[in-house]
Amino acid sequence: MKSIKTDKEYKDYVKDKQPKQTLLKNCINAFIWGGSICIFGQLLFDMSKKHLELNEKDAATVQIIILIFIGAFLTSVGIYDKIGKHAGAGSIVPITGFANSIVAPAMEYKKEGYVMGVGAKMFSLAGPVLVYGTSASVIVGIIYYFFK
Amino acid sequence: MKNNRLGRQTIRFENPPTILNTASIVGPKEGEGPLRDYFDKVECDDTCKEKTFEKAEEYFCNESVETLLHKERLKSGDIDYYIGGDLLNQIISTSFTAKKLGIPYFGVYSACATFAEAIQLASCIIAGEFALNIVVSASSHFSSAERQYRSPLESGVQRKMTAQWTVTGAGSMLLTQNSKPPYITHVTTGIVQDYGIKEADNMGTAMAPAAVETILSHFKDTGYKPDDYDLIITGDLGTVGKDITMDLLLREGFDVSKNYTDCGVEIYDESQDTHARGSGAGCSAVVFSGYLFDQLNKKELNKILFVPTGALLSPTTTLQGDTIPCIAHAITIENTPELGKEAK
Repeated sequence: MKSIKTDKEYKDYVKDKQPKQTLLKNCINAFIWGGSICIFGQLLFDMSKKHLELNEKDAATVQIIILIFIGAFLTSVGIYDKIGKHAGAGSIVPITGFANSIVAPAMEYKKEGYVMGVGAKMFSLAGPVLVYGTSASVIVGIIYYFFK
Repeated sequence: MKNNRLGRQTIRFENPPTILNTASIVGPKEGEGPLRDYFDKVECDDTCKEKTFEKAEEYFCNESVETLLHKERLKSGDIDYYIGGDLLNQIISTSFTAKKLGIPYFGVYSACATFAEAIQLASCIIAGEFALNIVVSASSHFSSAERQYRSPLESGVQRKMTAQWTVTGAGSMLLTQNSKPPYITHVTTGIVQDYGIKEADNMGTAMAPAAVETILSHFKDTGYKPDDYDLIITGDLGTVGKDITMDLLLREGFDVSKNYTDCGVEIYDESQDTHARGSGAGCSAVVFSGYLFDQLNKKELNKILFVPTGALLSPTTTLQGDTIPCIAHAITIENTPELGKEAK
């Protein structure tokens, strides 16, 4: 092209040709959805303490089990991805999103068999979270050990 | 040797091949789009009762070729070559279709411009009198493409506004020796363009320069101007790439605002929430086989420039941070072959 010659010229030219990412709307949606999931989690936590007479640790376990089940269940019936479309980070960051990131590939790759499909690919999305989550906690643990 | 080449990239067919017939079969989402009435068959279930989406894509591909042969009352044995491709690794859907058909087979790949590559090669074989009948096809499937190129279907991630929706469907075309309109009179083969775009969810922006370069070369080689065409239609640039292409062509001195559109833009409407509209090898294939061929037959359109576009990316190199090489191939289709200027 005569008018555009280099990669940089093209990148500068297309900048204002891009549709606007609806950043503010996405942030508000993520806040509402993520907040709602957390409020629901808190509700589960408080109720298991009150009605099941559990201590804090056990109540947290019950809360997590229920949230993971709901995330996995909504993924399996094809609802979670529709929530994710609107909620964005709001439904990825809470533990329900973690359940989604494991159940979705497990469902997807079942067709390639239980060993090389489900077994090998199940953590294709959640793997990075586990690797870096665990690594970060080890580092924080070491820092805590020396500076507590 | 008689020279049929115009300029650097164009071939002019003095004895232009005929497009005898086409067939198109699409999935449910395309069946709800604005072109729904033009397709031969709309499947109401995108799995087509198959166990996997890859099998479903193979079904679409095979069904479109079978429908095409049935329309012309031809058998596999009447076809000299089958040329086609799709988006899946090792173009497996087309190869399985070729296995069922039992026709001498060329598997080709130009990503979403595969249909154009197949048509160009078929036209050359026919014009060279090496074959009488050739079937070409291209297919894609939203779900098989998502699982190969992006993330699992049920994962709750947000798509960008520049992302396009892979068309579920297959289009096929039967080309034969010069007999009746519409004819393929010129083909301009693209040169790979790469302006350093790396985002796989912004393919319209990546592919636009390829479309622009091929269209410019076509005008330069043939001496045609935008007004010589009833319609100039690119393959799957989507809303983002269409605007860029139109603007860049204007900057280069060609105003196509009156008669230019894009197959990806036409196949879905705003309400279908696809973001930057359609893409995929099946996109230009079904829009041509369905809508454009119908318009050519009804003489609503008499001369079109069909320019499928392809982003030749690989998921591996995208992860490695590489850019997206892109291509576009242009084909002139006319009801009354004027043939334009002769080769020197």
